Amino acid sequence: MDKMPAWADVLLVPLVSLILAAVLSALVILGIGENPLEALNYMIQGALGSTYGWGYTLYYATNFIFTGLAVAVAFHASMFNIGGEGQATLGGLGVALVCLALPWPHWTLALPAAIIGGALFGAAWAAIPAYLQAKRGSHIVITTIMFNYIAFALIIYLLNNGLKPVGQMESSTAKFPEGAHLPTLHDMLAVIGIPFSKAPPVNISLFLALAACYGVWLLLWRTPLGFEIRAFGKSEPAGKYAGISPTKIIMIVMLISGGLAGLMAINTVMGEAERLVNNSVQNAGFIGIAVALMGRSHPLGIILAGLLFGFLVQGGAELAFWTSIPTELIVVIQALVILFTGALDNMVRMPIEAVFTRRRLAQAGRAENTPRTPGNSPPPTTAAE
Amino acid sequence: MDFATFLQILDSTIRLATPLLLACLAGLYSERAGIFDIGLEGKMLAAAFLSAAIAFVTGSVWLGLLAGIGASLFLSAIHGIASITFRGNQLISGVAINFLASGLTVLIAQSWFAQGGRTPALTDGGRFSPIEFPFAEAILPVPVIGPVYEGLISGHTAIVYLALLMVPLSWYVLFRTRFGLRLRAVGENPAAVDTAGVNVIRLRFTAVAICGVLCGIAGAYLATALQAGFVKEMTAGRGYIALAALIFAKWRPWYALYACLLFGFLQAIALRFQNIDIGAFTVPVEFMDALPYILTVVILAGFVGKAIPPRAGGEPYVKER
Repeated sequence: MDKMPAWADVLLVPLVSLILAAVLSALVILGIGENPLEALNYMIQGALGSTYGWGYTLYYATNFIFTGLAVAVAFHASMFNIGGEGQATLGGLGVALVCLALPWPHWTLALPAAIIGGALFGAAWAAIPAYLQAKRGSHIVITTIMFNYIAFALIIYLLNNGLKPVGQMESSTAKFPEGAHLPTLHDMLAVIGIPFSKAPPVNISLFLALAACYGVWLLLWRTPLGFEIRAFGKSEPAGKYAGISPTKIIMIVMLISGGLAGLMAINTVMGEAERLVNNSVQNAGFIGIAVALMGRSHPLGIILAGLLFGFLVQGGAELAFWTSIPTELIVVIQALVILFTGALDNMVRMPIEAVFTRRRLAQAGRAENTPRTPGNSPPPTTAAE
Repeated sequence: MDFATFLQILDSTIRLATPLLLACLAGLYSERAGIFDIGLEGKMLAAAFLSAAIAFVTGSVWLGLLAGIGASLFLSAIHGIASITFRGNQLISGVAINFLASGLTVLIAQSWFAQGGRTPALTDGGRFSPIEFPFAEAILPVPVIGPVYEGLISGHTAIVYLALLMVPLSWYVLFRTRFGLRLRAVGENPAAVDTAGVNVIRLRFTAVAICGVLCGIAGAYLATALQAGFVKEMTAGRGYIALAALIFAKWRPWYALYACLLFGFLQAIALRFQNIDIGAFTVPVEFMDALPYILTVVILAGFVGKAIPPRAGGEPYVKER
């Protein structure tokens, strides 16, 4: 199985994919008549050049860590949860209902309740596709896509009928009570005397996301259930033979996945907007797929990938602000990252594997002195020795 | 509701069902050959943009159509290389294609036309014009038949009739030709097809290319027939509705027509009436929007007949094990 060392799998392959995506992105920027280096400079300045920029980068990263974890947990059970978008939308509903239910006296009380609300609603939205997959064999990818669209329609309906305060024009809920206001990073760092920009919405949810990463790591690699999930993911027949119930695993994994996606709403709905608006997720559910792929479905990788995508979104927003490049550039970059780290993974992996295989053979002294042509990609059959 | 209103709704049903039908048949070829395609949306969007852009620049809708098909084929090629050549995950490839189209269309539109990510409005030569059937005016006074012939059967653009013709054609190709038999076999059991000496890779690429052409026509129809020009995200989930229709139709051409007409009808009603009063309660327009998806989930759940996808769908073919 070991075609290449672990470091190559974890670092080299994603890095090469990322470079390929970056090169193509640069070509796209050139194609629309702009300077890629200048664009990169604007992005770095805008996203990382100040605590203001960092604040937004971390805010977006928080969203992507949640949705990335959601996709990753499902990936470990060999399931593709493409419904993070809908689950996070419903999570927003859960958070909003909790926040509006009581005149919360303090965020320390409101936050745990909102966590339960967001996770519960997100999990509930994943539960139906999970049940249909487990019991009726309906393909989870298709059902979760359908549930995304059902969720959008449901939220628009609810916002216009019932959730919107009487007499308000804009379709959103009322503003949450003062006591549901989460401390921002500015507030928290001020306590220990570190100055941080007041404007960005990054808040305590960032630490909740990091805690979720730790929780997922514990679950997957330190509990019997996590072992069952990963075993089931590697081989369903083997898992069944070992007495693992597919129904149980599918249900549990999808509930966790949906719950994690729902938790994203703590950051956006409770932390930033402080009311539920339409389209509060803004593609974060889909970007979670890229984050999970990039991070190799490992919590640590997801944190790094989440930061990268947070940087892209914030940098892209600044880029659009200072130049004539629209923010859609970031969507293209995200697409290229998904393409190279996900769909074209083998294109990057096979040549690298071949290089390592050849080197090992050479070291073992079994290889003939065949002329090495660096850079060419051998056919897949030689890589699969 | 009077007869004229009813006819108008049926008329817009046909117009709204056409892009769904083309995209649905596109998905049919691809998925029957074992290549899942959730990138229908992105391909339509790319085609919509490039067809509108080229039709505007050249003033010829036909050149626009060709350009649209080209854009869609380009994305199909990416999907084919990722999922057939490099045996990547077909779903992830589809997600990437949807992202790519959504970003690139606006980026290029802004760079070319600087109108906020849209193309300028198309004028006469840049759009498909309706085809009037003979005697449409003459028999209009005849009750029922006249208005049906004039308003419903005649007066659509060429692509509408093309899409309708594609249904029997697809049925014939898939179920009555050797190519179709092989295409379906490659989606069920590629190893058997390979053993018979047929090139699995080439067959799957052909299917993906057919899918690209049909998605291209669907996208061009959106921008140059249904509307006059490209606007950001103009497909508005139609690729996913087409996917839903494909499952609803259980991967069969004639059922695809019925499913697309049904979903087109739902769209037409949602467009025409905002909320529908049925005696005691009101059906909100959001429910009409969500209905195609709800119906598909019900079908997928197997409560109303079972939708069984092609057996080798989504799995890359590895020649040697």
